[in-house]
This record gives sequence, C-alpha cells and structure tokens, in this order.
Amino acid sequence: MTPALRQWGRLLQQTMHLMVGLPDYAAYLEHMRRFHPERRPMSEAEFFRDRQAARYRRGGGRCC
Amino acid sequence: MASITKHAIWIAVAVVGAFALGSVALSRGETINALWIMIAAVSIYLVAYRYYALYLARTVVGADPTRMTPAVRYNDGLDFVPTNKYVLYGHHFAAIAGAGPLVGPVLAAQMGYLPGMLWIIIGVVLAGAVQDFMVLFVSTRRDGRSLGELVREEMGYVPGVIALFGAFLIMIIILAVLALIVVKALAESPWGTFTIAATIPIAIGMGLWMRFVRPGRIGGVSVAGFILLILAIVIGGQVAESPIWGPAFTLTGVQLTWLLIGYGFIASVLPVWLLLAPRDYLSTFLKIGAIIALAIGIVVMAPDLKMPALTRFTDGTGPVWAGSLFPFLFITIACGAVSGFHSLISSGTTPKLLDNEKNMRFIGYGGMLMESFVAIMALIAASIIEPGVYFAMNSPAALIGTSAESAAAVVSGWGFAVTPEMLTQTAEDVGEATIISRAGGAPTLAVGMAHIFSALTGGGQAMMAFWYHFAILFEALFILTAVDAGTRAGRFMLQDLLGAFIPPLRRTDSWSANLIATALCVGAWGYFLYQGVVDPLGGINTFWPLFGISNQMLAAVALMLVTVVLFKMKRERYAWVAILPTAWLLICTLTAGWQKIFHADPRIGFLSHAAGLREAAARGEVVAPAKSMAQMQQTILNDYINASLTVLFILVVLSMLFFSIRACLQALQFDHPTVREAPFQTMPQPGTSTGPVGRGM
Repeated sequence: MTPALRQWGRLLQQTMHLMVGLPDYAAYLEHMRRFHPERRPMSEAEFFRDRQAARYRRGGGRCC
Repeated sequence: MASITKHAIWIAVAVVGAFALGSVALSRGETINALWIMIAAVSIYLVAYRYYALYLARTVVGADPTRMTPAVRYNDGLDFVPTNKYVLYGHHFAAIAGAGPLVGPVLAAQMGYLPGMLWIIIGVVLAGAVQDFMVLFVSTRRDGRSLGELVREEMGYVPGVIALFGAFLIMIIILAVLALIVVKALAESPWGTFTIAATIPIAIGMGLWMRFVRPGRIGGVSVAGFILLILAIVIGGQVAESPIWGPAFTLTGVQLTWLLIGYGFIASVLPVWLLLAPRDYLSTFLKIGAIIALAIGIVVMAPDLKMPALTRFTDGTGPVWAGSLFPFLFITIACGAVSGFHSLISSGTTPKLLDNEKNMRFIGYGGMLMESFVAIMALIAASIIEPGVYFAMNSPAALIGTSAESAAAVVSGWGFAVTPEMLTQTAEDVGEATIISRAGGAPTLAVGMAHIFSALTGGGQAMMAFWYHFAILFEALFILTAVDAGTRAGRFMLQDLLGAFIPPLRRTDSWSANLIATALCVGAWGYFLYQGVVDPLGGINTFWPLFGISNQMLAAVALMLVTVVLFKMKRERYAWVAILPTAWLLICTLTAGWQKIFHADPRIGFLSHAAGLREAAARGEVVAPAKSMAQMQQTILNDYINASLTVLFILVVLSMLFFSIRACLQALQFDHPTVREAPFQTMPQPGTSTGPVGRGM
C-alpha cells in the first residue's frame, strides 16, 4: 500500500469514527504525551466509553 | 488578464447552471431529465460557494486565519480537537442531515417539481447556508458556546429563556412528526414492522459486543450489524407471507403509537451504550451510504421526471397538505433550504473541532449545500413516480377512500390518470398489501428509491420489494435514533426550564427527576403523535406545517442573533446578509402561523375547523370519521391546543424580534464594537510547543 493510499484510508476511518462522535485515539495519546506527560492517559476502551457517554450528554443534539 | 482567467472557469460553471436551470424552468410539455435538475443545482452551489460564501467569510465577518480557534486553545484531545477539515465536514454533515431534507421535498412535490426545486436552491444559497455558516462563526468566536448561551450573552437573560422555551416546543413537535412518519410507514405493514423490530436486538447485540468484547472497534461490528439488517429485510419478506407471523406483525397505527411511546420512554432511560449508541452508528453509516448510492443511482439511471413542473394544486387545494404556495411551500420544505435546527449543531460540537477560521466556509456553508443536494435528490425520487401513484399514496383516506378503485377514480378525476390495476400492481411490486394513503413522505421516497436502486442492481420485481423495505428501514432507523436522542435532549431542556422554578428537578443525577422529566417529554410528543395518527386527514396534513413553522422560526431566531452580533461588531453595513433571510422567514412563518389559526377554510385554519365541528355538535350531528360525540369533542380540543401552540410560536418569534431590534439600536449608540468575543490570541505556528490553556483546571 502506498503512503498516500494509507493516508487516505486513515482519513476515511477518522471521518467515519467522528461521524458517530468518536475522536481520534492516536491524536488524544499524542496530546497527552506532549502536554500532560505526568498523567496516565485513558486506555483505548476507557477512551471509547468516555466519548460514547459524552456524545449523548446534555447539549448533544442532532438534527431532524 | 490573470483575474479574467481566474474567473473564466466560474463564469463557465455559471453559464452551465443557468442553461440547465433554463431548460428545467422553461420546458413546457416535454419531459425533463432529472440530470438537468442536478446539474443546475450543483452549478449554482459551486458559484455561490466560490463567490457569496467567500464574501461572507472575508468581508462580512472577517474570518481570520491567524486567530486561534477554541479547538486549538482548549485542545484536550476529547471535546476540543483541531480536526482535519474533510473529517470535520463528514462529522458536521452527518449531524445536520436527517429525515427533514428527505420528507419535505416529497410532500412539496404535490405542487410540481419546479417550486420546490427553486426554493431549495435559492433558499440554501441565501438563507440556509448563510445561517449555518454565520452561527458557526459566532459560536467559534465564543469558545464554541451553544445557541441558548449565545442569545443570553449577546441579547440578555429573558431572550435566552424564551429561546430555550421555543427550542423545547420545536423539539416536541419534531419528535411527534418524526414518530408519525414511522407509524405511517409501518402501519399494516408486517414486512416493515418486523424489520424495524429486528433492529432492536441487533443493536443491543452490537452494544454488548462493543461494551465488553471489543471496545472502540466500531468498524467490524457495524459491518456485522449491517449484514444482520440485510438478513432481517430478507426474512421480513418470509414473515409477512407466513400465516402465523404475518398477522402478528400486522399492527394498526394506534397500536404502533403505543409501542413507540413505550419504546421512547424505555430507550431514553437505558444506558446509551446498550441501544442508542449502536443503533446510532448503524443509522449514521446507513444514511451516508444510502445518500451516496442514491446520487450514483440517479446519475446512472438518468430518469425522466413524470411529475409536471407545476400542478393545479399551486392554488392551495392540494390533498397532501392544505394551503397556497405562499407561504406554505416555504414552510413545507424547511431542511434542505433553511433549517433552524442546524443552528444547534453549528453551535454544538462543530465549533469545538474547527482547526482554523478559514475552514468555516467549507464546513458551515459547504455542509449545508450538501444537505440541499440531498433535498434535491428526494424531490427527484418523488417526481419520477407516476403522479397518479404519488397522489394515491399521499392523499388522506378521507378524500380518496381506502380501495384501489375509489382512489384511482378520485385521483384520475384530479387529472392524474391512474388505474386501480396500477395501484395494486405497485403495492404488489413493493411487497405491501396496499400503498394507498401512506402520507408522510417515507413510503413515497421508498418507492422512488426502489425504482432507482433496482434499475441500478437489476433483479426485477423481487429486488424492487427488497429495496423498498431497505429504504423504509433506512429512514425508520435514523428516525428512531432521533426520537431516542431527541427525547434525552428534550428531557435536559425541560430539566433546565423547570429547574428555574423547582430546583430539585434540575439534578440529572437524580433518578426521580430524570424519570419525571422523561415522562413529561414522552407524554408531550406522544400526545401529538396519537392525535396525528387518529386524525382523519392523516396527521401529516396538520403537523408538517406546524413543524415547518417552528423550524423556520428557530432559523429566524438564529439569524436575528447573527444580525445583532454584526451590529455589535460595528459591521452593520453588511448585516443585510442576515436581515434578508430573516425578513423572508418572518414573513412566511408569521403569515403561515396566522393562517393556521384564523384561515376561514377549515382545512387550513384550526379555529374554523373547530367552529365547524362545534356547530355540528350543537345540531347533535356526528361528523365522520368521528364515531361519537366524545371523539368530536376531542378533535375540537385538539384544534384549540394546536391553535394555542401556534400562538406560542408567534409570541416567541415576535418577542425575539423585539429584543433583537432593541439590541441593534443599543449597539448603534456606541462608536466601538460591543461584542463579547473570546479575546484574540494568535494561532501558534505549526511545530511550536505552546500548550493549550487549561479550562477551569
């Protein structure tokens, strides 16, 4: 697989995940590593559960 | 010279668009191919995006690529994440596109395809996309705050509460109308009912799997869910044929109503991971996939439109919904042209994910153009069906009776030739007992989509029935998701509103407060749903205009907020971009609201309808289809409730108009900007290590 194709695949996966409210886990890990190295980041499963709950919390409305 | 070549391609696009639009609008008598409509729409979208949206971004609001966005400032990898603009476009579009842009155009097709098409295209360019873009701008400049908070901050506490109250009423009406569409599509349809019922165990299975076995692996489990859904459609055909199971899944509208009300209550208090989230994933992917497939299908099939450009019903005597072209067409097609509900999305998750202000045009304006394109496709799908079949499917039984013979006779009498055989044949093709009086848009769209998809895949009549139920499933699935998520959102709104008077109700961690608020919320939409299902005119006739009025009023409120913000930025010379659509929406919604209350025609005006029934009751007559005096009294009460609701909507929008004008006049008295934006911070250069600032940490 060419790097360009892999990049497109990654973007497509990110898009489909964010369509259902799941942000990119790799980006979250990178953020935690750079700015909060002292804190333990959530595991992928914890991250998924946290974001799933957040999507339907107060203020999370969608359209007709 | 360079500037001429730069514009040359756009001039060419504009000429193509004008030519396509001209062929569609000026053709008389000859049939028009659907591709012309698509070409006209897309060319106009492109030109509007290149010039008008750019004008909005650069000149009107002064989007600043060097200004830090909330996603960068508060980056936490969770709620605030600077996101690739194409990824964010997908998120935003998936959030704004729902049943609205699919149903409105189908109902509007009763006046012919031309009025609906023009309103969808012109409306989105000058109103809908402007609203979505501008609200995204306003919210992005204010840390991604919600519409209610924005109104409160820029206009005051009282307007904030009024806007919240208005949004709650709209939510109730939307939920009732969406649920009504599902009931109309599933009543007396064992195949459809079985398929939708099967989605519940499928979703729960997916939910358990994602919770305990493979958390976060959405892709694989969604594919498995999709395969099970397809299986459910195939098995549904067998179930409908079965002498035991067929009758068990054949339910009346009233039975389905009670099931939906119970379902709505239980589903919205269950943990989200069990049912709501997995079904949300399925419905989102199915929705996006079906939209893409529909676009490909129309391009490949290149169908001719059978509906005339204009029908005789532009005068307001149409059977699908009552009222003349102005103002009711502009109410009937809300989403797709302009939808107030989008202002809640543009001020929701999207501004918290925006990486740079320069991408607001693509996300806000461009996202709404795509929704408008979906509305155009729905209009096409409704217009490629035989007009006689369209009217038989969408007219209430009170007008055309319930047999194929009576429906064909009445509809042919209107000038849309159709035989009873055509109606029974269509029903047989799609695997249903009858297609008569299935108002609500979903079944009509499903017949249109089945035509397109079966032309694409081949397979003849057997595939036709499969694709019909696929289309019903696709719509019902995301409507049920919206009902569930909407009931939760409505419950939160209600807890906020009631909490102002009874503080304990605001506690979302209290089970009793949650259950009370959920019951009130479900009870409210359930009441209107029930009323719609037993309505002799089919319910959609009454409620779709109410939904349209309320949704367009919310758009007007959002655009008034935008106007106020432009005045407070001292950019009032550009405020016409918001004032123009606001004025048009106010004219349409207030006229339509007034007519719904006071119009002398009992098919339009609630009060004259009630008065007619009261006179009959005074004479001791029971007017069909009411079967008893008690039912008559109930209908009269419903009329009064609907009229009061319309009065409330009008009061909300008029008071917001008053507060907006006041805020604009106040802003004019200052010679400097008075907006409350988050302070300017320069966007960090890529590669620098400036960390995000903490938010309340």
